[in-house]
Amino acid sequence: MQLLIEQILNGLQLGLTLFLLAAGLTLVFGIMGVINLAHGSLYMAGAYAAAMVAAQSGSFWLALPAGLLFAALLGVVIELLIIRRLYHRDHLYQVLATFGLILFFNGFVAFAVGRPPLLMDVPKALSGFVELIPGVPYPTYRLAVMLTGLAVAGLLWFIIVRTRLGMLIRAGSTHRDMVSALGVDIALLYTLVFGLGALLAGLAGLMIGPIRSVQIGMGEQVLIMTFVVIVVGGIGSIRGAFAGALLIGMVDTLGRAYAPTLLKLYLTGSLADGMAGALSSVLIYVVMAAVLVFKPRGLFPA
Amino acid sequence: MNFRTILLAGAAAIALAAPAAAQVKIGFITTLSTPAGYLGEDARDAFLLAVEEEGGKLGGVPVQVVVEDDKLKPADGKQIAEKFLQSDKIKLFSGIIFSNVAGAVVPTVLEGGGIYVSPNAGPSNLAGKGCDKNYFVASWQNDNLHESAGALAKKLGYKNMVLLAPNYQAGKDAIAGFKRLYGGGVIEEIYTSLDQTDFSAEMAKIRAAKPDAVFQFHPGGQGIAFLKQWTQAGLKEQIPMVVASPSLDNRIAEVVGDAAIGIAATSHWNVDLPNEENKKFVAAFVAKHKRVPTSYAAQSYDTAKLIGAALKATGGKLDDAAFRTAMLKADVKLTRGAFKFGSNQHPVQDWYEIKAQKGADGKVGLVTTGKVLENHADVYAKDCKL
Repeated sequence: MQLLIEQILNGLQLGLTLFLLAAGLTLVFGIMGVINLAHGSLYMAGAYAAAMVAAQSGSFWLALPAGLLFAALLGVVIELLIIRRLYHRDHLYQVLATFGLILFFNGFVAFAVGRPPLLMDVPKALSGFVELIPGVPYPTYRLAVMLTGLAVAGLLWFIIVRTRLGMLIRAGSTHRDMVSALGVDIALLYTLVFGLGALLAGLAGLMIGPIRSVQIGMGEQVLIMTFVVIVVGGIGSIRGAFAGALLIGMVDTLGRAYAPTLLKLYLTGSLADGMAGALSSVLIYVVMAAVLVFKPRGLFPA
Repeated sequence: MNFRTILLAGAAAIALAAPAAAQVKIGFITTLSTPAGYLGEDARDAFLLAVEEEGGKLGGVPVQVVVEDDKLKPADGKQIAEKFLQSDKIKLFSGIIFSNVAGAVVPTVLEGGGIYVSPNAGPSNLAGKGCDKNYFVASWQNDNLHESAGALAKKLGYKNMVLLAPNYQAGKDAIAGFKRLYGGGVIEEIYTSLDQTDFSAEMAKIRAAKPDAVFQFHPGGQGIAFLKQWTQAGLKEQIPMVVASPSLDNRIAEVVGDAAIGIAATSHWNVDLPNEENKKFVAAFVAKHKRVPTSYAAQSYDTAKLIGAALKATGGKLDDAAFRTAMLKADVKLTRGAFKFGSNQHPVQDWYEIKAQKGADGKVGLVTTGKVLENHADVYAKDCKL
């Protein structure tokens, strides 16, 4: 029972992390109609900026704003220089251009920073454990990541539903021409949305840096799962991204945790272990396929 | 263009080609991009260092090293190998880090009449029945890495272990190799996915299973993530860990810091091996690249030295049995000390026990603490008919 609760916590944590990434990606796609493969590069940018500032200053709390700011600024620059030229083009051009950006950023980091991964530690204040369930210490930092994910979800909901900016974002996604006819600077709005998406990706990168590895190509590792999340949730919908992220995080974690036990009811030791490994790594795609069969536009279409 | 200019151009071409004939071209296909790019970078830099130290020569023979990135994709590696063989007329190859890339490139090279000397990957299918006269492995047969870790776990007296590895051929080989010399009980084998970077579900399971110790094989970035999360989950103090060198190289130790301390690891080479050749290599590598070499670098340097010894014996000729005879003698001092080729042209060598420790500069490094296996060969040699 303790183990099950711990695994559910792990699933929630993975889900909320995925949400940070998926929120930005789905915003950019839903509102601007741009497929941004370079979202993973922005995630990497946040992690690298934070890791380098942390290494220089020794403080996570300086690294945090540095990572956020750098990712957001980089996002704005990319939007102004490249993405802006792609709005009226076919998705294929967008895929091509943003894939090019991935190659460029990976090459640039190898050239400017070097290929070896960077050191990034959990901040001292968050390095302990919390006993949420007696007998099972849960890392404080992971709990902090979960709370951040929840806070971001709440904040995004507030911005989109309750503020003027949110109203413009919603209007811009469905009635682009009408909004600009009313005198709203739609180009500026898009730059802001793209910057916000980049900021969220950077936040995910720098929060995950101390848990995983800060290295070239770290963005591509998470990008596929993020795409699964937004497809399951319904492309363009923040609510869908939240639901999809939690679902995928939970399915992935519980699949890895319990597939071997379930298979062992029918198969013997080593064979079950091998099969379980294969099964749990495809489980999220099976879920995606199942969702698409019943709800082709995702769980919460925009 | 009249007849005379054609003749002149032809003469010029011959004149230009003449000095190049004495030069041996080496095709170095390795992984430079992707998160595993730092492995290939170390291999490339060490190989080029060996060439540079001799002033552009290996064993007194001028060489030209052509480096290309396989991007960790077997198809890309194969394409580069075909280009090297056909357009660049390269006969001598090295560089590959990953077994899945080697699986595509090595047969291409051998069928094209080339010679391959491996600085890292040593997959089992090329060590037994699939062995070849023109295929040499200077690093280890894959299983050896994990056999040595298994031998260490046995030596440390562990009886009930959980074993983890990614779900692909090298991962399965790792667990099979570990079990071969470990001989104790296995509570569970956990196969992770190759792109996985969050191990919280696996760690919760391990905590509940309460094993004596854990063996895990996760090279590069996955290993970094695994060790960080292991410490963050508070398991480091509770459950000992045994790994083979790919899961705890010098770069990983530097990056995870304290999380590496206390892990029992094995390797056939380490920075602190006391032989002269190694001291010279480590000093030269650190001076040039401002970083401590990993075993990927040392193996690649040894590969260059072995090639150099063979070229010296044949005077730079590659196209007869003489190169093979000279290669198999391995008549050269290597960074790892004692080394010889077994009957399947894979290494027979010693394996050491290593530990991560904090040095005087506060950085975490790897130190050798003992020997686990002596003159260790691989189990596939008996199936190789050469």
